[in-house]
Amino acid sequence: MSNITDLSALELRDAIAGGEVSAVEATRAYLATIERTDPQVRAFNEVLAENALAQAQAVDAARTAGEKLGPLAGVPLAVKDNLATPYGKTTCSSKILAEFRAPYAATVVEKLHAAGAVILGKTNLDEFAMGSSTENSGFEATRNPWDLSRVPGGSSGGSAAAVAARQCAAALGSDTGGSIRQPAGFCGVVGFKPTYGRVSRYGLVAYGSSLDQIGPLTRDVPDAAMLTAAIAGHDPKDSTSLPADVPDYLSEVEHPIENLRVGLPREFYSDALDAEINAAIHAAAETYRNAGADIVEVSLPHSRIDRDEQGKLSSYAVACYYIVAMAEASSNLARYDGVHYGHRTDEAVDDIIQLYSRSRAEGFGPEVKRRIMLGTYTLSAGYYDAYYNKALKVRRLIKNDFDAAFQRCDVVLCPTAPTPAFAIGEKTGDPLTMYLADIYTISVNLAGLPALSLPAGLARDGLPVGMQLIGPALGESTILRAARMYETASGTTRLKPPMLSE
Amino acid sequence: MSKTIDLKLVRHIGKLSRIELTDLEAETFAHQLADILSYFDKLQELDTADVEPMAHAVELTNILAADEPHASLTPEQALANAPQRDGDFFKVPKVIGDSQ
Repeated sequence: MSNITDLSALELRDAIAGGEVSAVEATRAYLATIERTDPQVRAFNEVLAENALAQAQAVDAARTAGEKLGPLAGVPLAVKDNLATPYGKTTCSSKILAEFRAPYAATVVEKLHAAGAVILGKTNLDEFAMGSSTENSGFEATRNPWDLSRVPGGSSGGSAAAVAARQCAAALGSDTGGSIRQPAGFCGVVGFKPTYGRVSRYGLVAYGSSLDQIGPLTRDVPDAAMLTAAIAGHDPKDSTSLPADVPDYLSEVEHPIENLRVGLPREFYSDALDAEINAAIHAAAETYRNAGADIVEVSLPHSRIDRDEQGKLSSYAVACYYIVAMAEASSNLARYDGVHYGHRTDEAVDDIIQLYSRSRAEGFGPEVKRRIMLGTYTLSAGYYDAYYNKALKVRRLIKNDFDAAFQRCDVVLCPTAPTPAFAIGEKTGDPLTMYLADIYTISVNLAGLPALSLPAGLARDGLPVGMQLIGPALGESTILRAARMYETASGTTRLKPPMLSE
Repeated sequence: MSKTIDLKLVRHIGKLSRIELTDLEAETFAHQLADILSYFDKLQELDTADVEPMAHAVELTNILAADEPHASLTPEQALANAPQRDGDFFKVPKVIGDSQ
């Protein structure tokens, strides 16, 4: 048996079911990797070792007793710390929730329990999932396992780094504007954001409610299929969850798509794109062509990317996305009041307004404050039409573009991010520059579509490059199968950062 | 088109947002908010006169829950994270009374 932590989640699941490895052995192997590597990577906010070992023992006992095992029985996973767990803390990497213990479990966490998974701990994120580098964490920045001086991406940077560093077999993240896919791209793993509503958001701490979606980060595409199948489905506790059956993604994923039509959006391949990433995506298109796919040009005019007079990247979709996300954030984060739960100022206050304002000032970090303030402003009387309502109209134009594109192709192929992982501190001085790290991922959330990022090889300095496949609503199977075709043909999978070979 | 956000406006937005701002924060945010709002103005280039706003990508409507009782949090669970409580109540500063 090769190293337990090098197995995919699927292989490990089968090894545990077959009695080759116990769930406790697997859990101990991952806990040992966390202990060895997390002082450098800092992917975890909290490691729940005792809890995880108890869950693993229960799986081993069930196996010994001959009980039927769940589809993830004994597989050690990590969960982003904005998903409510009925044990440990749920902090959103915010000082305002530093001591918060959720009185209930997120639906996805319950589904993982029901499938027999072992939860190793809670992973770091940009505070309330607001950011693209995990540097906005209220606690500490997570490092990219490929180069510890670089960011892992964000906001699910802890989950992406943990999967890349073999600290867990797979992880859950959340994606509001690219927060699963962009860190997956930066860390050389697979990240899948399903269709809006495909996975219940119950127990996901709300940021942008019309954009948020939970999904898996894994080391290969079959694992993404297996995890998605485990967490998808209608949930009466989330009225936006879709009442649609969940296909058997895992058994479908190995079936290549005949006559696959891969769309390349002409607006994404301007001189604005990094040359190496451009080359990697075109090489991926060539791989598809060799596998029998048709490459067609499609047009997404309202997601167009260009450079303004100062050379900055620019896109209608970025402006549209941040208006919508900040407006929703300003409303969702009004609940942190220093009264019901979360941080409350210790200082004497004159009245309840001051209690709110001071508690929030002490508890929120700068990016969260900026977004709440901008959202409040764009929703305020006199500005609503110019910003929020205008953005909702552009949002429809962006979705219409995708609808037209999917008349001509089955999946859209494009970069996940405009550059490989950037250096820690490189973009923290200018929020707007940081927002542009999401330029290829955000229009997908505005349109509510499923999209997956998978490794397309390594670029300069040995950093991973991500490629993104976007599909029509509820096109999860198509995306997973198309992604598996590339993964099989290219052999670019289960990438291992050099730090693990030392 | 470049926007200006003066300190008075930043403080007003802070008040609406229920976030106290230090002088340094107000100054930093004034610049950053102006930058970001100028970026948002890019949308004004687009003609959207005949476009319906879209608040949600998946337009489900009228989702009603069955009118059946189900378990909810106990008072103890609901109060467990309260920073200050008084018995079964959340504790707050005086809200009504002798202020003008």
